[in-house]
Amino acid sequence: MGVVLVFLAVLAAFAGWWLSRQRLTAKPWLEVGVIGEAPEPSSPTTAKLGLGTFLVVAGSLFALLVSAYAMRMGMPDWRALPMPAVLWFSTGLLMLASLALHMAVIAARCDELGHLRSSLLAAGMCSLAFLTAQMLAWRELAAAGYFAAANPASAFFYLVTAIHGAHMLGGLVALARTSARAFAAPRDIAATAMGELTVGVELCAIYWHFLLLVWLVLFSLLMRWTDDLVAICRGLLS
Amino acid sequence: MVDVTHGAAGPLSAAEVEDVELYHPKSWITTYVFSQDAKIIAIQYSTVALSIGLVALVLSWLMRLQLGFPGVFSFIDPDRYYQFITMHGMIMVIYLLTALFLGGFGNYLIPLMLGARDMVFPYVNMLSFWIYFLAVLVLVAGFFLPGGPTGAGWTLYPPQAILANTPGQQWGIIVMLVSLILFIIGFTMGGLNYVVTVLQGRTRGMTLMRMPLTIWGIFTATVMALLAFPALFVGAVMMLLDRLIGTSFFMPAIVTMGERLAHKGGSPILFQHLFWFFGHPEVYIVALPAFGIVSDLISTHARKNIFGYRMMVWALVAIGALSFVVWAHHMYVSGMHPAFGFFFATTTLIIAIPTAIKVYNWVLTLWRGDIHFTVPMLFALGFIVTFVNGGLTGLFLGNVVVDVPLSDTMFVVAHFHMVMGVAPIMVIFGAIYHWYPKVSGRMLDDTLGKLHFWVTFLGAYLIFFPMHYIGLMGVPRRYHEIGAMAFIPPSVATLNAFISVVALTVGAAQLVFLFNLVWSLRHGREAGGNPWHATTLEWQTPQTPPPHGNWGKSLPVVYRWAYDYSVPGAVQDFLPQNQPPVPRGA
Amino acid sequence: MGVAIVLALVVIGSVVFHFLSPWWWTPIASNWGYIDDTIIITFWITGFVFAAVVLFMAYCLFRFRHREGNRAAYEPENKRLEWWLAIGTGVGVAAMLAPGLVVWHQFVTVPKDATTVEVIGQQWQWAYRLPGADGKLGASDVAHITPENPLGVDPKDPNGQDDVVIQGDNLHLQLGKPVKMLLRAVDVVHDFYVPEFRAKMDMIPGSVTYYWFTPTLAGTFDVLCAELCGTGHTFMRGNVVVEPEGQYQAWLQQQKTFAQLQAPARAQARN
Repeated sequence: MGVVLVFLAVLAAFAGWWLSRQRLTAKPWLEVGVIGEAPEPSSPTTAKLGLGTFLVVAGSLFALLVSAYAMRMGMPDWRALPMPAVLWFSTGLLMLASLALHMAVIAARCDELGHLRSSLLAAGMCSLAFLTAQMLAWRELAAAGYFAAANPASAFFYLVTAIHGAHMLGGLVALARTSARAFAAPRDIAATAMGELTVGVELCAIYWHFLLLVWLVLFSLLMRWTDDLVAICRGLLS
Repeated sequence: MVDVTHGAAGPLSAAEVEDVELYHPKSWITTYVFSQDAKIIAIQYSTVALSIGLVALVLSWLMRLQLGFPGVFSFIDPDRYYQFITMHGMIMVIYLLTALFLGGFGNYLIPLMLGARDMVFPYVNMLSFWIYFLAVLVLVAGFFLPGGPTGAGWTLYPPQAILANTPGQQWGIIVMLVSLILFIIGFTMGGLNYVVTVLQGRTRGMTLMRMPLTIWGIFTATVMALLAFPALFVGAVMMLLDRLIGTSFFMPAIVTMGERLAHKGGSPILFQHLFWFFGHPEVYIVALPAFGIVSDLISTHARKNIFGYRMMVWALVAIGALSFVVWAHHMYVSGMHPAFGFFFATTTLIIAIPTAIKVYNWVLTLWRGDIHFTVPMLFALGFIVTFVNGGLTGLFLGNVVVDVPLSDTMFVVAHFHMVMGVAPIMVIFGAIYHWYPKVSGRMLDDTLGKLHFWVTFLGAYLIFFPMHYIGLMGVPRRYHEIGAMAFIPPSVATLNAFISVVALTVGAAQLVFLFNLVWSLRHGREAGGNPWHATTLEWQTPQTPPPHGNWGKSLPVVYRWAYDYSVPGAVQDFLPQNQPPVPRGA
Repeated sequence: MGVAIVLALVVIGSVVFHFLSPWWWTPIASNWGYIDDTIIITFWITGFVFAAVVLFMAYCLFRFRHREGNRAAYEPENKRLEWWLAIGTGVGVAAMLAPGLVVWHQFVTVPKDATTVEVIGQQWQWAYRLPGADGKLGASDVAHITPENPLGVDPKDPNGQDDVVIQGDNLHLQLGKPVKMLLRAVDVVHDFYVPEFRAKMDMIPGSVTYYWFTPTLAGTFDVLCAELCGTGHTFMRGNVVVEPEGQYQAWLQQQKTFAQLQAPARAQARN
């Protein structure tokens, strides 16, 4: 549970910082009149805040999975799985997808519709390829006798990759919709429409970077690079 | 009072307030069925939640019939009994209380109290309701599938939850877990809306510290829920995998009824940690909106500002934060490492302090107030009495060593019903009597309301207060009958019968309430826009019930905090939040 | 007015009920009287708070009910009062927590001279195992469970051969001797609870939990399962008999050891 508590501590620190800027020590009964500007409900900030909130939820979910994984790893009957080599490919593909989306954001901000479209397409292809590679990894493990219920390590492997993959699928729905808008847009797209499209692309990019970060953490755990770190944490907490 | 108006004195014109483009429905279906209007969604949530809550209420009658008159109702065998308690508990906590407070009251009140036209993500908001509705349908399907619903207790502890000696192993546990997963997905969509609307959707002049405590309560609860529900999600997915494909997340090597199962290496305590990491914040997710709402009820009906508004806000936030570090007080006798007992007992008793501050502030709001004994006020008072009672018994259970004899006895059942069943339900009723005029334009009948209050309040107290004492004696919970136990005198059976009779009476009183709800839609006294003379924004809408868009042509501007009641020197005993200050020099 | 009276009656009724009701804890039969003492302290503090808050509320409802021409006061906050109330609450909380933690410390610290008794829970019966003459319990595992060896004692462990096995019968304990209860479950989570002993703990399959106590009263006491364990949870009952040393030793002599219970099976296997 240590991982989760660290995650919560980070969030609490951020929340504390944000709250401290909200004038929560103000005495509202002493202030009558108009105060400041109201936030703008339809601004890009709102959409990003919505995504950010969702990422906190998803982050909480993955932190819990990592926490459970780390706890289970410490038990005597844990046998680590041989990681299929194809996972290196899927990691690379995910990095490429993130890169493609980053370039899409730059293209959108520079109003380059052509580059935007090709970057979005590349991101979509890389992500689909990522999911395919993940499924190949599943097949390889199952063929080697490590089906889901075989041992705790395989159960966790399938669980975390499945949940990550499900989040990727959901993201692909959003990416598809944004791409559809990008492809349907006329060459001489209006500034406001381009602005909205840019926000959509930025949201996709943020989400993809988040999924890449989560995958890198999961990958390190699965490849046992973080074993020592986990052992140290466990030692600290017992 | 300091006037902080910037620029010219006096109210702002409509042009100076940023407005938002609103989605407009085009057909009957998109107006009333697949509606993106938070008010319609709120009514949908509330209707479904109250309906499924009625099912859970009937289940409680069946449980009390068995406990009060064991052996008389032969169709209530142990299997049935455990199915009843499981479904009753899960429905009440999650599908009624959480959905009603956040999905029902949250959706209706957040945009209106903040001066917004709607939630910031209306399409996602609509999806959240329909996923909730689907979750309820999946849950109810358990009653009709072979083997019936699960009887594993609402806490669903493994290994027994997925084994054959627990009712519902065939289908019931599966639909329960799938339903919970759906609920969490749907709730996350709604939760995003509540949080981001509070952060981004407030009208001009509505600072965080001018928000009514109802919003603070719902907002804090939503943030907590967004962080806590993933734990239940992980637990549910893992248990589902254990049940469906034979993984061993929670299943150690076991021999059941002479048969060695294929599982091994899993940890039942891991489930308990995951479940209660969700489960404890969950009870505060239910309580915090109630705290916020009751502050507004008392304030309005006593014509006095809530005492200590700032402390109330800080206490809400503190309770929300602390609720994440107390979960293992549900696991004192679970066999976890004893050192945890010291830590969690300390944090649990510390959380009593901000909670107590809120109680003092509610009572101090009554002090030197101008108290009107309206039905909402009566329910608010009933809340204080039952919440103080239930909260104080929590101090027994939170103190680790005292919990050792008391856990899994009727003391626990009495405690959580009093503090989480009776008290928040008092607030729900009070809130419905309070806001019904805004939603429907009519008042609920006063006499029926008072009858409903007295029977419910006194009846519920009579049910659960004595129950603590048989728990103290050692009478266990989750026993479908007491049977022959040497240390239990026959008077306990008499008390159980008495409690059952009172429970059925209180149940009957709820029918009076239902009748009142429906009858008053047509025959209730017309309410006008602000029958309670309240200050908060939802009462200042140009039309009642508020139409799509809430505010007509221009959004309101907020000039003052939410509690300007009985301000010295003012003509009326309330100043609405959007009433401009008197211009300087006038 | 009426409301204030009803609330006052609720408080008075609750206090009267507390002192007059026939429902109170069972007479304690173990050394954990400290738990009872902590409960008493908690009752006094919480009872006082409940009465004070609700009676004060009742007074406010009477004194400040709406009357024509009256107006409420305008008092947004009173920081001094709120801080004093918070501090007072903190003191009250500490007054309950401190004794509780002291007793908890005792609860988790097993005395060195405690004997050991193993309780095995399974759906839906209790079985017991005593360490026997060598004072050590043999290893056990669900892998060893057979119809002849329902408790899963490791047949290859020499420590287990002299373990006394009690099945389908009452557990006896020696009066006045501290005992550490080792709890084990073979299928689902159970909980070994004797209300008169106050102490109890869950047993989780896959691990061994414990608690300790000293029986201080002779007699026969009900054993209840205190963790939902399936359909037969209500029927998972037993008895514990606490008796002085002489009678206890007499009873112990009559019990079968693991080796003796295995003998017919081994004899059968040989033939």
